[in-house]
Amino acid sequence: MKSAVVVFPGTNRDRDMVRALEGASGQSPALVWHKHSEIPKVDLIVLPGGFAHGDYLRAGAMAARSPVMREVVARAESGVPVLGVCNGFQALTEAGLLPGALLRNADLRFVCRTVTLRVENTQTLFTGRFAAGETFDTPVAHMDGNYFIDDEGHRRIAGNDQIAFRYADGAAAGPANPNGALDDIAGVFNETKTVLGLMPHPEDATDPLHGGTDGRKLFDGIVEALS
Amino acid sequence: MTEIIAEITPDIVAEHGLSAEEYQKVLEIMGRVPNLVELGIFSVMWSEHCSYKSSKRWLKTLPTDGAQVIQGPGENAGVVDLGDGLAAIFKIESHNHPSFIEPYQGAATGVGGILRDVFTMGARPVMNLNALRFGAPDHPKTRHLLAGVVAGIGGYGNCVGVPTVAGEVNFHPAYNGNILVNAMTVGLAPTDRIFYAKAVGAGNPVVYVGSKTGRDGIHGATMASAEFGADSEEKRPTVQVGDPFTEKLLIEACLELMATDAIVGIQDMGAAGLTSSSFEMASKGGMGVELELDRVPLREVGMTPYEIMLSESQERMLMVLKPGREAEARAIFEKWDLDFAVIGSLTETGRMVLRWHGGVVADLPIDPLAEAAPEYDRPWEPVEPPAALDEANFPEEGDPLDSLERLLATPDLASRRWIWEQYDHLVMGDTVERPGGDAGVIRIGDGPKGLAATTDCTPRYCLADPKTGGAQAVAEAWRNLNAVGALPLAVTNNLNFGNPEKPQIMGQIVGCVEGMAEACRALGTPVVSGNVSLYNETDGQAILPTPVIGGVGLLPDVAQVPGIGFRGEGEEILVIGWTTGHLGQSLYLRELFGREEGAPPPVDLETEKRNGDFLRGLIQAGRLSACHDVSDGGLLVALAEMALAGRGPQGPVGCSLTVPAGVASLAGWLFGEDQARYIVTAEAAMPVLEAAEMAGVPAQTIGRTGGSELTVEGFGHISLARLQAAHEDWLPGLMSGERAEAAQ
Repeated sequence: MKSAVVVFPGTNRDRDMVRALEGASGQSPALVWHKHSEIPKVDLIVLPGGFAHGDYLRAGAMAARSPVMREVVARAESGVPVLGVCNGFQALTEAGLLPGALLRNADLRFVCRTVTLRVENTQTLFTGRFAAGETFDTPVAHMDGNYFIDDEGHRRIAGNDQIAFRYADGAAAGPANPNGALDDIAGVFNETKTVLGLMPHPEDATDPLHGGTDGRKLFDGIVEALS
Repeated sequence: MTEIIAEITPDIVAEHGLSAEEYQKVLEIMGRVPNLVELGIFSVMWSEHCSYKSSKRWLKTLPTDGAQVIQGPGENAGVVDLGDGLAAIFKIESHNHPSFIEPYQGAATGVGGILRDVFTMGARPVMNLNALRFGAPDHPKTRHLLAGVVAGIGGYGNCVGVPTVAGEVNFHPAYNGNILVNAMTVGLAPTDRIFYAKAVGAGNPVVYVGSKTGRDGIHGATMASAEFGADSEEKRPTVQVGDPFTEKLLIEACLELMATDAIVGIQDMGAAGLTSSSFEMASKGGMGVELELDRVPLREVGMTPYEIMLSESQERMLMVLKPGREAEARAIFEKWDLDFAVIGSLTETGRMVLRWHGGVVADLPIDPLAEAAPEYDRPWEPVEPPAALDEANFPEEGDPLDSLERLLATPDLASRRWIWEQYDHLVMGDTVERPGGDAGVIRIGDGPKGLAATTDCTPRYCLADPKTGGAQAVAEAWRNLNAVGALPLAVTNNLNFGNPEKPQIMGQIVGCVEGMAEACRALGTPVVSGNVSLYNETDGQAILPTPVIGGVGLLPDVAQVPGIGFRGEGEEILVIGWTTGHLGQSLYLRELFGREEGAPPPVDLETEKRNGDFLRGLIQAGRLSACHDVSDGGLLVALAEMALAGRGPQGPVGCSLTVPAGVASLAGWLFGEDQARYIVTAEAAMPVLEAAEMAGVPAQTIGRTGGSELTVEGFGHISLARLQAAHEDWLPGLMSGERAEAAQ
């Protein structure tokens, strides 16, 4: 599987993501600078975490208007799978590739800890390795992860199986939902399930010495689907 | 010369924090009356913050050498060899005064400043730590200050993308008017690409990069060198505002340029901004410098040379490039959308000449300023040794499990989860030991080596007996590094004290530094960098003496970190080191009986060394399943922490403790704070006991893991759920205001 990782000024989880992709696919992803308007021909485009453009204005708002994003949108519309994690998820909602928005955490504090996720749809290229209803542990690290969507949108994404992950009870300390997200939503797909955004960091759960290995199933599943 | 101001009056001199004697020295050096720009430059360069004029004499007594030391104090940060062509670059620095006035920005820019000190030398920052001190939990300002400081540290470090992996927090009324915010950064650099702040080569261009210069932070260094009064909050405009996004770009741009060989010398603009950076660089190289202030990128219109030179705007660096390399360097900074301006050049005159609007606005000699700053041997009084505990008046021993439950919910022992969950401690993907353990640990590159770091100080010990307290801070850092299996390499220190013009305070400084020096020598951990923060007093109330140690150690294999949590059921629990039951200055006495009394536990450095070396050997041989040093709160508190951090299927793992026969005082044995001790677990006790005997290290089996309770045989048991609630609920309760409201 060939992949590209988009780097914005302020992106800071690019290394974590590169390592996870290398571990799963055996190939180094191409790094694409935000001022570039071209992306190499790849099977997967990834927007990693961080604080693109300092998260000034709104998290992901300026990243969504970077030159490279026109190409990301075009590729996504042509069916190329796109994964956005944390700040990348925020940018994908700002760019209109994913429904909903990420608001400030309900307690107004940054949160970095392990959470438990329940996989809500296993019939996608991203989640094929998971069993229906399976839960897994992964870290979160964000200030603006409080997922919101209006009632009509909520009904639509729920009805169309676009909810990818929900926060769930598990071994992790603290309340299951770390940020007040509507309906405990941690990640969503686009209508065709080719674009996935999620707040947690599965790339930081691919190493037994670091954050555990539960996140590997996501990356292994993607590689399996796209190779 | 352009006329800046007609007359320097005694009032203006006093406003600049210069004594009459110091002003006399200014007149001698200048050979004339200085103008306001020049006076401002003298003022900041000779401030306590920049010159260390009260502490220098004593700092010189600290050991700074060792085979592992590549660069000791005197640079932006200390540098230690890690082998394999890699170096650790680290330093700790205070931002106490600004954080009290404006907690979010004060703490945030503290993190920004220490990051710059480290990446200025060519290192990629890989770990942030902090050491915080706040006033009494029920003081009206404490919650506001704590919330702001934690948010500021997180806001900056999280955005820059450097994990905050460890720290410490204490509460005491002595910090009501002067909180302490000490931030530490550890970076990694190739040993053949370390950059220094030395400017050489007449004619070489002096380059300004980073953010534009504004009016923020003018006279921050002078503010940090005076006592606070009731009006201190009016000083808010002198607190700088941080922009972590620009810092992140600056890190990437600097490291990109550092991969070339275009840089001669580089220095960040920290306290006293352009003044201190240009002076220090020129002084180190024995050069002169000419700057064109019209070329300095400005954020505001109408700024004067005085303001440009004294601004403490953040995220700025000064560098000297090799001639002809400007275009290459500019391209890198422009890629990152950062300002880049050639603002002057080096000269051979040994003078600093500042030009503005076609005229000279300052012309002063560099050496007398940067190197020959005043140095005082301030009078000091030795601190009276504390009276021994009055044993006749010894507190009655209550139910030890009740005492434990209450202790775990006290300010200095309660869980800090509410704090460190606001810090991104996982970014970069290399965090092996998260906050909440003995030391933060990250993997170096793809491993197996790792780097450990910790911050430590026990101020109540330092107040009672500065020498013992100074030594104890070093010993505790040493223990925390050993406890994760790291070989302690070196330390950085942050000396936080009150007003050095008072002989009692000077006595605390002298005592703490003496103890620190002895311990650093005995344990082989030289001081390679540091910072001094004095005048931490408000309305005459000084802080507790707080000489914080930041320690760094090297692990041969990060997979060996045992972790503090019990790993499973049926393991043997042992204590390494001897327990006499020393209750003087213990949290048990202070928190449960309101007694801040007695001598702190003695620090026997030979024993520390022997026990620590032995423990590290056990860990590196893979013989332990968990390890925790015994410090605040003593043995039973340490055991409870290990149980609550347990890694069983449901998390916490219980244990049962057997008090040895013939213990003189139960409370002393359970809650005494004897030094040089660690609790460890192993599948079988015998091999550990045998190895300890061979090494001449005291060790005894004290219990076994298992169950969901903590049991003290013969004294009852308590559920881990109750202990967890006590431990975890205190800080969130405080911060949500429940306690404050309940008290009303």
